[in-house]
Amino acid sequence: MAAEHAAAAPSPAARAMTSIGIAIALGFAGWLASLVPAVAGGAAPGAAWPWLPAIGAALAFRIDGLSLLFALLISVIGAIVLLYAHRYLRGHPHAARLQLFLTLFMLSMLGLVLADDALLLFVFWELTTVTSYLLIGFDSESAKARRAALQAMLVTGSGGLALLVGLLVVASVTGTLRISEWLAAGSIAGHAAYTAAFALVALGAFTKSAQFPFHFWLPAAMAAPTPVSAYLHSATMVKAGVYLLMRMHPVLGGGEPWFWTLTVVGSATALWASVLALRQTDLKLALAYTTVTALGFLVLFLGGEVDLAITASVTFLIVHAFYKSALFLVVGIVDHATGTREAQRLGGLARAMPTTAAAAALAALSMAGFPPLLGFIGKELKYEAALAIVSRPLALATLLVIANALTFAVAAVVAFRPFWRGEPETPRAPHEAPRRMLVGPLLLAAAGFAFGVYPELVGHYLVEPAVAAIRVTPVAVDLKLWHGINVPLAMSVATALLGLAFYAGHEWLRTLLGRGLAVLPITGDRVFDAALDALKRVAAFQTRILQGGSLRRYLFTTWLVVPLAIGSVLLLRGGLAWPATVSPIPAYAWPIVLLVAAGSFAPIVTTSRLASIAALGIVGAGVSLLYLIFGAPDLAMTQLLVETLTVVIVAVVLLRLPRFSGRDHPGQAGRVRDAVLAIAAGATVSALLLAVLASPLDPTLADWFAANALPAGFGRNVVNVVIVDFRALDTLGEITVVAVAASAAWALLKLRPGASARGDGA
Amino acid sequence: MEILLALLVGFMFGASVYLMLSRNWIRYLFGFIVIGNAVNLLLFAVGRVELGHPALVPEGLLAPEGPVANALPQALILTAIVIGFGLLAFALVLASRAWAEFETVDVDEMRVAEPREDAAREAEDE
Amino acid sequence: MILSTVARFVVALMLLFSVFLLLRGHDAPGGGFLGGLVAAIGFILYVLAEGTRAARAALRVDPLGVAYVGLGVALLAGFMGLASGAPFLTALWTKLGDVKLGTPVLFDVGVYLVVVGGVLALVFALEEEVG
Repeated sequence: MAAEHAAAAPSPAARAMTSIGIAIALGFAGWLASLVPAVAGGAAPGAAWPWLPAIGAALAFRIDGLSLLFALLISVIGAIVLLYAHRYLRGHPHAARLQLFLTLFMLSMLGLVLADDALLLFVFWELTTVTSYLLIGFDSESAKARRAALQAMLVTGSGGLALLVGLLVVASVTGTLRISEWLAAGSIAGHAAYTAAFALVALGAFTKSAQFPFHFWLPAAMAAPTPVSAYLHSATMVKAGVYLLMRMHPVLGGGEPWFWTLTVVGSATALWASVLALRQTDLKLALAYTTVTALGFLVLFLGGEVDLAITASVTFLIVHAFYKSALFLVVGIVDHATGTREAQRLGGLARAMPTTAAAAALAALSMAGFPPLLGFIGKELKYEAALAIVSRPLALATLLVIANALTFAVAAVVAFRPFWRGEPETPRAPHEAPRRMLVGPLLLAAAGFAFGVYPELVGHYLVEPAVAAIRVTPVAVDLKLWHGINVPLAMSVATALLGLAFYAGHEWLRTLLGRGLAVLPITGDRVFDAALDALKRVAAFQTRILQGGSLRRYLFTTWLVVPLAIGSVLLLRGGLAWPATVSPIPAYAWPIVLLVAAGSFAPIVTTSRLASIAALGIVGAGVSLLYLIFGAPDLAMTQLLVETLTVVIVAVVLLRLPRFSGRDHPGQAGRVRDAVLAIAAGATVSALLLAVLASPLDPTLADWFAANALPAGFGRNVVNVVIVDFRALDTLGEITVVAVAASAAWALLKLRPGASARGDGA
Repeated sequence: MEILLALLVGFMFGASVYLMLSRNWIRYLFGFIVIGNAVNLLLFAVGRVELGHPALVPEGLLAPEGPVANALPQALILTAIVIGFGLLAFALVLASRAWAEFETVDVDEMRVAEPREDAAREAEDE
Repeated sequence: MILSTVARFVVALMLLFSVFLLLRGHDAPGGGFLGGLVAAIGFILYVLAEGTRAARAALRVDPLGVAYVGLGVALLAGFMGLASGAPFLTALWTKLGDVKLGTPVLFDVGVYLVVVGGVLALVFALEEEVG
């Protein structure tokens, strides 16, 4: 995709967007870095502005060790990815858009980890969902990308709703929305609402962090451009769920449900995804599945209550962010340079791409857990923690060794074999990547090496404050490369040997797995499709009922409301009333009233167009006379004039249309049904009007208008003064309607296809 | 008189509801016109009716003497009459266009935007 | 062509009457709505006698344009109130000799023009549609 545009120059908009994005990222990174010593010393700077004071929500931000660690990763990797993406998408018509989305995503993510208000956290949480939707669906012309984007949004978005409710439950238990106050108050594990709160928050975290059985959206999201995957799907967004679990650890952690849920879900995710990872031939997909494995590890260790487990989780988080985003960027480079990501077609790339190969090797060694890289420390810590958190650690330790060995094998498949084995059979001749694309993976891979050699820096300034924030108490963290010869080291050796074996047999394993998995009856992906289909069917079903497309059915339903809603209230709640005092009926009123009634009824029974039009004229004239009788000469004249116009235009149109047919209402039953409704609606209106007339009228307004027309409005015709002065704004709206109706009629006539041709003939 | 007016308004409502439920566009339009008149009368009656006495200030006085007709509903109805005419004229243009396009005045046959269920299902299957 | 001769005369008479109705509307039954309708009916009489093409020619301007001008006049009356520091559409009055002049009168002129233009545009459209 990217290579097609490689020749073109970047657009000014893309250049500007990249500069802005990187400036923001570096600005944040620098500012956050300056806070590191203070936060490592135990400070937690924050600020709050009022937002929704009525419900106690504030625009509150707070930077403790945990927030700082995440925010640093987000901003530093953000800057790297923006630089890389700028070159990766050079000449792409929507490159600026991608950079904008990436920047917006970065800001949402920063807001999420810095927020100290539960509602604010939720808002940023959903913003990351929305921006990631835009990023995954960036290649919007591809149906696959659109589907993946929708899937990611629906899965993580519904989890987000669960999270909102969960957070509100916690807020109702603690009586505050401020997260720092939750942390200070401690665990709510004993509370009756604990289970609900934990289940809902966990649902939010598990969907976001692609835990089994919600893991399926993450591999599908690889439809996104590779820089997006490197950023969202390795270092940041998928870690939001992990962040949430770390953040809520002091509030919701500590109980049996927490321990078992996280341990079981995390282990299942890690093992299952590492098996699936080995099956992939697409390098990017293989990396995606190992990301799911890593997320499983992170969740698994958060279940534990011991400092060591938390330390392992935090350390591995950093390790993984470095090597995984580096490897994603490397895969992007390989794709860019050769035109393929298929493992079987790639080989011997190290000769043409030595720098890329070096970055890949460093990152892969960290992933495989070789000393002296940071990955080794991460893995040793995992093993130590696994031995510490359960009384009989054999099952957990075995699982970890197998999952790590599979990860080891995938690291070799992704970053060793394509560079150092075989010959390339790629669509394009491989060539070294441009410098701007190499900076990122090299920096990230080198960081894994440097921090491996000097682990004390990371340990003291990043891991220790984060662990302390999770434990809400100072914890001593001492990261060391060499732990002596002990059980974890033995497990590491076993992992490496097993991993080599997996690598050696990976093609055989792949076919075996392919055959085995093909018979799997249920996958999350298929469940998702089925659920979406069912939803669509329900929507279609109810649309057919509510919006059948029949005007008569709409009208019938609408009119049904009159007797049902108004009539029933009048009947059942004693609304029926009879005016106490009535004015006498003058003799000349009777024929008028009867004529109007007859005129209204005539179009129902006659099939003659002329008779109907005449009846219409009678109704209008009769109503006009009624106005005149009751002291409304303006109304009477207006009504008469409009009636004249109405008769003229109705006659003009009707005489061109066919005669009425006798069968306007379908069948005898239809006629009866319509008649019953008509009578019920008419009776309801009569009853309503009588009830209104029975209650006294407040004459304040009428008297005020009559008294002030001349003194304040300088007019003797009160009606006219009301129209052009007292209620002139109403009138302005009404004449606007007249002008709009005339414009619409004009548009209907003039703007139809072939209007000019027909207009000439007329 | 108030009771007679209330009954008349209800009768006009009933007649126009029946007309508007017709399959024939033309009958629908008659219902539309009648219901416009009925609503105006309803508003008029709600403002209370009184024989004679238009809301005019006689020469030499600052305010009308004695009770006069309620001017507010009159002002509302006056504009409503004109707007009603505008809408009716628009509806007639629409009806005329519809006749030219579809050669039918049966509202159940005019289903370009919202096709029949069976037709919609067929379109979905394709 | 008796009808057309009569039509011309009647149109002129009705236009005159409509202006009379408009101007006296503030003090007696009449006003912009009524006047506008009378003027429109006068022209429609002309349409019935001579056809829309001749009526359009006699009117010289596009009726829709007349309606928009009317809307503009009514808005202008509103903004004059606004310009004097009072809320939108506040009435302003002045006496020119013995004649009262005020923004409500101007507003009513706007109503008159909208009604004439709007009604004529609608009727012309119908006549031309039906042909």
